[in-house]
Amino acid sequence: MRKVAIIASGMCKVDRHWGLSLKELFSRALEDATKECELPKIDAVIIGNMCGVDLSWQNNIAPLVADYSGFPSIPAFRVENACASGASALLAGYLAVASGIHDYVLVGGVEKLTEGVSSDITLALAKAADAETEIYYGASFVSLNALLMRMYMERFNVDRHPFAQFSSLMHRNASKNPYAQLPFEISVENILRSEPIADPITLYDCAPIGDGAAVVVLAPLDEAFKHSDSIVELAGIWCATDTIDVASREDPLFMRSTFEASRNACKMAGISVKDAQVLEVHDTFTITGFLSLESLGLLPPGGSPTALEEGVLSPGGTWQINLSGGLKARGHPVGATGVYQAAEIHQQLIERFPGVKASPAEIGLTQNVGGVGSISVVAIYRRVK
Amino acid sequence: MKPSREVGIVGWGSYIPRYRIKVEEIARMWGVSAEHYRESFLVQEKAVAGQDEDTATISVEAALNAIKRAGIIPSKIGAVFVGTESKPYAVKPTSTIVAEALSITPLTLAADFEFACKAGTEALQCCIGLVGSGMVSYAMAIGADTAQGAPSDPLEYTTGSGGTAVIVGPSEESAAVLEGSVSYVSDTPDFWRRNECRYPCHAEGFTGEPAYFKHTVSAAKMLMEELGLSPRDFAYVVFHQPNGKFPLRAAKLLGFRKEQVLPGLLVPYIGNLYSGSSLTGLSAVLDQANPGERILLVSFGSGAGSDAFSFVTTDLIREKQGAAPKVRDYINAKQYLDYALYAKFRGKLLLRR
Repeated sequence: MRKVAIIASGMCKVDRHWGLSLKELFSRALEDATKECELPKIDAVIIGNMCGVDLSWQNNIAPLVADYSGFPSIPAFRVENACASGASALLAGYLAVASGIHDYVLVGGVEKLTEGVSSDITLALAKAADAETEIYYGASFVSLNALLMRMYMERFNVDRHPFAQFSSLMHRNASKNPYAQLPFEISVENILRSEPIADPITLYDCAPIGDGAAVVVLAPLDEAFKHSDSIVELAGIWCATDTIDVASREDPLFMRSTFEASRNACKMAGISVKDAQVLEVHDTFTITGFLSLESLGLLPPGGSPTALEEGVLSPGGTWQINLSGGLKARGHPVGATGVYQAAEIHQQLIERFPGVKASPAEIGLTQNVGGVGSISVVAIYRRVK
Repeated sequence: MKPSREVGIVGWGSYIPRYRIKVEEIARMWGVSAEHYRESFLVQEKAVAGQDEDTATISVEAALNAIKRAGIIPSKIGAVFVGTESKPYAVKPTSTIVAEALSITPLTLAADFEFACKAGTEALQCCIGLVGSGMVSYAMAIGADTAQGAPSDPLEYTTGSGGTAVIVGPSEESAAVLEGSVSYVSDTPDFWRRNECRYPCHAEGFTGEPAYFKHTVSAAKMLMEELGLSPRDFAYVVFHQPNGKFPLRAAKLLGFRKEQVLPGLLVPYIGNLYSGSSLTGLSAVLDQANPGERILLVSFGSGAGSDAFSFVTTDLIREKQGAAPKVRDYINAKQYLDYALYAKFRGKLLLRR
């Protein structure tokens, strides 16, 4: 197995891009990646996307974007693992380069949610749940996460305040990120006042609906130095699953998929999860952010509120999380989110991220979740040069 | 655009049904926060057509007021156009009912216009063309609606009832003389109601930037450029009013001050009158304007398009203002309904037949 590096990354602003199609969004992200690095000849294109079929009536997305972006006649395929599609594409790219089958792989994520109205989007996203035991009974992602949030509040005896603190931190981070969909600060008081969506979840507990695309270019670590003077090794990456329906889990507040992915990815990289200094974690809802931090193994169960209070998750803290603003405020173009996270950590480690900058870091981590924790991909990044 | 012969508004008049329902009452019905809708839409209450009112009766009431201000014999009106998206009959003109009720028939053009919320100003453009070319002496454009919003849909908080009639005639008889106009349209599917559907559909956030703001701002900019005018040359600006926030934002984007918008901003008190919305805002401004003041009118209709007009008021405006009830008179004469009566009045209950 060869070591794998990220030699370039690019993103487009997450937004309601009314005038841009899937392929145009993707080419914007690719163009962004070429600003800092002249791309090598690409051997394969792997794309994460979830809702193209439901909302854009578009299948066959990998050839679509590969052709439009000027990569004809090379292998291209799409990966769909719900909201974890982006990081799953990254894993597929890693395997291709590590195995020696391909040298240079363009991994991308692209999503266009604003082709539909809210009811279409809610249904398209709900398809990540178990159709047979959840969707047919009227569950949506918001309602399932509302149940988890209620359970968390009861078990750990907390009110909505720490969730609002988390949301406020995400917005503060996003306010400096030019790629963020909601780049504005909002007070804890205003978050607590926001409109109920599915009690106890309110508007500012939720990631917004937006369009976006992001790319990273993978290369064999040994070859990477020929193309870039800023190299980040993709030192470990693992994918794990859990029961697709929440009700079948022994403890719904423990994301086993995240725990297993974290454990194995860290083992690959030869680190402890607590060694990660800059992290992008999956926070579709504020409760998802808490469960992610705790299931990764960073914090004990119910430990998120205290960690927020102590500032260990803030810029300059022990674990600087979601300096992009996270899904909550950077935005959540679902199938692209995992690639945004990879691009953000790449740029943080090479000290080129245009938003809130991490205090100098060597180890980064991303955690991308599909469904309500039914699948997770955790990746570990190490600055090489 | 400008006709070869100078034309203007010789008479205007509005009608708003007396019934109101508050945002709180609709929110109570659906178990949601009234504060959210009040803050999001800047709407407090909306006008509701009574059981015996429809677009035809609203048009007639508004037209009677316009004729009083014009001071002309109705039969001299050579065109009656009713712009609406709530026609009492799917096939059969509302305009002939209105023209007949006003004794304008039989020697007149009559047609119904549909362009979502800008059918009223589309009709106004046609009236300007007919009078401006000399084909007719006077022409009447009406924008009126009893707007539909599905129960519990966000639209339900704003869909109002009411309308305005504007009579176009020679400039020398006008209270406000036309300086020029622009029509700006594109195929933009932001809001629609298909055949035999009772309530419209809308594309949520898509109704904002690519639809309302693109068209209103473009039309207004083009007209001001064409006429060599800037926002500070206008005493008033009136936009289509789907809610309170959109017109204020469009004004800000164009460089108008809030004070230029507020006199014609009626949506907080009567809701969105759809085809009657911008024309009723214009009517309220004409009710209070002084001679020599310039007014910018910018409509918007989904689907989508905007008409922009620049008018300058004349000395005749004073005597015409008092000749008929004013918009504010109708706004102030009100009677509140609860949701049950509102549902009955708006035909939302399925009755045994």
